[in-house]
Amino acid sequence: MPPSIALRMNHALPAEHRDRLLHVAREASFPPGTRLFEEGGHADRFWIIRDGTFALDLHVPGRRAPVVETLGIGDLVGWSWLFEPYVWQLGGETVTPVRAYEFDAVAVRLMCLSDPEFGRAVEHWVGRVLSHRLHAARTRLLDLYGPYGSGGAR
Amino acid sequence: MTDVPVPYLVVDRRPETADTVTLRLEPVAEPLADFAPGQFAMVHCFGRGEIPVSVSSVQATGGLAHTIRAVGAVSAGLCEARAGDVLGLRGPYGTGWELERARGRDVVVVAGGIGLAPLRPLILRALAGPAAYGRVNVLIGARTPADLIDHKEIERWPTTYTGVTVDRPDDAWRGDVGLVTGLLDRADFAPADSWAFVCGPEPMIRATARDLADRGLRPDRIRVSLERNMRCATGHCGHCQLGPVLLCRDGPVVAWDRTEALLAVREL
Amino acid sequence: MTATAAPAVLDRDGLNALVAALVAQGRTVVGPTVRDGAIVLAELSSADALPFGWGVELDAGRYRLVRREDGAAFAHSAGPQSWKNFLHPARERLWSADRTPEGDVSFTADEPETPSYAFLGVRPCDLRAIAIQDRVLAGGRYEDTGYGRRRSGAFLIAAECTEPGATCFCVSTGGGPAADPGYDLALTEMDGRFLVRVGSEEGAELLERVPHRPAGPDLEASARSAVDAARDHMGRSLPPVDLRTLMGASLDAERWDDVAARCLTCGNCTMVCPTCFCTTTEEVTDLTGDHTERWQRWDSCFDLDFSYLHGGPVRASARGRYRQWLTHKLSTWHDQFGTSGCVGCGRCVVWCPAGIDITEEVAALDAERTALGTETD
Repeated sequence: MPPSIALRMNHALPAEHRDRLLHVAREASFPPGTRLFEEGGHADRFWIIRDGTFALDLHVPGRRAPVVETLGIGDLVGWSWLFEPYVWQLGGETVTPVRAYEFDAVAVRLMCLSDPEFGRAVEHWVGRVLSHRLHAARTRLLDLYGPYGSGGAR
Repeated sequence: MTDVPVPYLVVDRRPETADTVTLRLEPVAEPLADFAPGQFAMVHCFGRGEIPVSVSSVQATGGLAHTIRAVGAVSAGLCEARAGDVLGLRGPYGTGWELERARGRDVVVVAGGIGLAPLRPLILRALAGPAAYGRVNVLIGARTPADLIDHKEIERWPTTYTGVTVDRPDDAWRGDVGLVTGLLDRADFAPADSWAFVCGPEPMIRATARDLADRGLRPDRIRVSLERNMRCATGHCGHCQLGPVLLCRDGPVVAWDRTEALLAVREL
Repeated sequence: MTATAAPAVLDRDGLNALVAALVAQGRTVVGPTVRDGAIVLAELSSADALPFGWGVELDAGRYRLVRREDGAAFAHSAGPQSWKNFLHPARERLWSADRTPEGDVSFTADEPETPSYAFLGVRPCDLRAIAIQDRVLAGGRYEDTGYGRRRSGAFLIAAECTEPGATCFCVSTGGGPAADPGYDLALTEMDGRFLVRVGSEEGAELLERVPHRPAGPDLEASARSAVDAARDHMGRSLPPVDLRTLMGASLDAERWDDVAARCLTCGNCTMVCPTCFCTTTEEVTDLTGDHTERWQRWDSCFDLDFSYLHGGPVRASARGRYRQWLTHKLSTWHDQFGTSGCVGCGRCVVWCPAGIDITEEVAALDAERTALGTETD
């Protein structure tokens, strides 16, 4: 595992749990433009990017699906698999060639159920990722680079 | 001496975005003293007033450039300047980036919006002496692809890593979308042996500097450029105070270890 | 400076002669005089215009002239103005610019004829205030040329204090009723006579030109003891703690909300303060549009626009603005200029329409800090 990925997961997932998780990972590679999931689909997989860029998008009729956020090395792709009703909120596709660890969501959920300590650790890790993304989304809502530094036009 | 403006001729006007232009200026007669990257001039728009603007380019000939965004009466007037117009400049004022201090180490430049302009001469200087510095990383955040300044030039910079991310992509954008701090994972630098130079809106500066410090950069090696109201630029008008700091004199470039606590105080 | 002259004594005729000599030198003599129900600083054509027989009654938000039986000229405290009105005037042209039909622009520094000032009756607190403005406006990397011009030519005649006012607290700002060096002549008024000490070559030369007598050790000693005694008669005081540390540690104090509820943010305190130096600039054009002038005028940190940054003011609340004024004055001034910004003259107390008293506010901040269990000294 590249050090930067270890570093980022380490922040939230203790090494023993990380190793258990990676033990069930499958190495996957995708060419650019591969759609890995669609809004409304069943969230049965998730990924950790080892290399490349991945875009999360939202379908809007009449235009190319606008990208809401791009993810890169070390990032977790997908969290809907952890929460009922296990349905993707966004669509997503690879922007560049992407190498990733791919996980079977059902298997990981079962591991969480059977080992509550592992389950708590995984939930904590995903929670950290979510709080980070929420914060980033809120910051972008401010339109800080706007003409008045988010002060609003007067 | 109370400084009196020196006439500079606008030799080129390049629109950067819908509300931002870069003016290239040459002295009409005697030039001002040399500007270091990060320093600023008080730029006078005839009949409107003066504003502080960092240099976005410094030429050995005494020519320089200012990248100006139209947000007020003076900046809007300056943005309307045409080649052949004469502006008044005072300076150089304030502290520079002091890139030299990063010699032999990795360099991380993080720019938000028009914050790229004051960093541009620093980036060019770092790239001009590749042997002097370690890996050079340039991370840029912008509102939309159309709000990117220097966009043609950015691609040509021979950095170790250049990342550009936008808040809101257009249909043609194939690059990153998200906060500029998200690019830090992709940059290539050894935190314990790096210097960082950050400019942008204050919340972006705070978030970036904190992130860099969390990664292990020494806070005194994180330089940020701050902005406050300024009238005189010579330490006499009192407007640019940030607690103990007079930003025209002790800034605009300040070290993060000296600033973090100050920026945490509301209405300081 | 070889000011070795022994102290002398002037009577009222001698004082008259002193002013006459200064006027004869072509100097603009400025001193205290009664006008509009206050003792103001104005140009004096003779010493007769001094406020002989007038004193003042002072309190927070209160200033009244009162008659004095003893006819003293300098037995009053600081008035609504200070010497900055002359050295650092409220409005000043900095430079002007002209544009030719061809579009050439030229800039011209403003170099008006500078009056050669003689300030008569400079209080020891105000002498220190001048020294502070010297540091701020002329002691850094850049000099305020206009200030420097006016200041370097100014002749200073101090008047020591033997009767501090009810709002005076110079002693707790590290000063006192005796004049520090920096004056050309220093007067101590003693029952209608004026003990004169010489502080400069120029002072000595002037003294030579007016009728005076040697002071004699007795008068000198009684003047000294009268000034010394005044140290113990300050109307107010600041808490004896390290104010710089106290302010730095009080940025989150609740007291700021309390004072903000009373403060009108009118800026009077900054206008009357002898050290407050802040200015803003204005662009003034003529009707042709081809001539423009850059004017500087006093500004106040209590003004909303003072901290305006594209979008809005940084210090939007009265709390933020009062805190800026007080913490700057007592704490961050040290960081910026190596000295405190307060000389204890009491003007801000007297001229606050809401009667806000800096000594009371600092004491309350100190009490709040102490109650939190953190000593600041």
